[in-house]
Amino acid sequence: MLDSILGSIRGLGRRVTDRIWRLGFASRFFIAIFLHSGTALRRFSLTIREIYFTGVLSLIIILVSGLFVGMVLGLQGYDTLQRYGSSEALGILVALSLVRELGPVVAALLFASRAGSAITAEIGLMKATEQLSAMEMMAVNPIARVVAPRFWAGVISMPLLAALFSALGVFGGYLVGVQLIGVDEGSFWSQMQASVDFRQDIVNGVIKSFVFGVIVSWIAVFEGYDADPTAEGVSGATTRTVVTSSLAILAADFVLTAFMFRGI
Amino acid sequence: MNRAMLDLWVGFFVAIGLVALGFLAMKVGNLSGASSGETYALYAKFDNIGGLKPRGAVKSAGVVVGRVADIKFDPENYVAQVTMQIDARYKFPRDTFATINTSGLLGEQYVGFEVGGDTEMLKTGDTIKKTQSAVVLEKLISQFMFNKAAEPSAAK
Repeated sequence: MLDSILGSIRGLGRRVTDRIWRLGFASRFFIAIFLHSGTALRRFSLTIREIYFTGVLSLIIILVSGLFVGMVLGLQGYDTLQRYGSSEALGILVALSLVRELGPVVAALLFASRAGSAITAEIGLMKATEQLSAMEMMAVNPIARVVAPRFWAGVISMPLLAALFSALGVFGGYLVGVQLIGVDEGSFWSQMQASVDFRQDIVNGVIKSFVFGVIVSWIAVFEGYDADPTAEGVSGATTRTVVTSSLAILAADFVLTAFMFRGI
Repeated sequence: MNRAMLDLWVGFFVAIGLVALGFLAMKVGNLSGASSGETYALYAKFDNIGGLKPRGAVKSAGVVVGRVADIKFDPENYVAQVTMQIDARYKFPRDTFATINTSGLLGEQYVGFEVGGDTEMLKTGDTIKKTQSAVVLEKLISQFMFNKAAEPSAAK
């Protein structure tokens, strides 16, 4: 009886210290990426290759989801707004919700599951098959050669993907609102332009997506680098990447929103 | 995949990403229409600003001529001091009348300028003397109710 209680307390304590240990390692790893970024930036073709795998190959899912999210916003927004006789404000609703929130957040969630998991699996498998150790044997720093290019590729791709998501979403809202339902085209665009501020809304959205890009890429490369070098370990690390980065994105979004849009 | 193909695709990706950003800035946002040029500051004191907010519009004849930059409480006179940044292209006479209006029944509140006939123009840092506060709907309704309640006794 006493043993089982003590055992469970010990298990809890081990889990807590394990998390804190991993957090410390992750922070040290984050700094190490910056210290070893020289190669990734000097031999930029390494990073370009990774932008292809993280950014270009994520294009389809981002574009299609952006279009559909915008179209759904158009339908739902129109349904609510026409009750108050202000269906012309549809443009404002679609643009503001996309540019401020949905664009950065949903694009980051999709990016985490599409590209983040792939990065983790790739680095984890490299570790499991001892390619990372082989690089170290050849005096090639795996953080500089493998990790940093993937990290920077994610950081560069994320704001572009979020901007594409928002743009396609606005276009989707336009298709449904103006072409399908018949909201006046002039007031759709002009009300949108009157209410969406470049500095307040668009730049803040880009800042958000940049922060999410750093978070997702960091978690993805760290989980891959830290994965147990077994098949099971790699699969567990891939799952953790998606779960942890999704939660981190939503938590960071709350904090950023609280800073950016307070009292306006 | 060879190097040239890779560069082509990444270049394409970055280009359409930047086009999307440009689309957001120009077509969705108001970067193109915003007069980011010269402005000058005007002040006005209101007894009650209602729901006016910073970044609210300043309109004359329905055209946006500036923005509300700042709203402060004046602790000496117990009134609200509103700072407005007006587009430098537009000058207003000294006896301009500043009112707080509402666009539509439930719309935002904005500062409206009704232009007077003075030949001298307002300069940077001037305070508009004649102002009219926001209409507070509750006060209006209660006045109406009191008037209604007073009517029958007056008729007798």
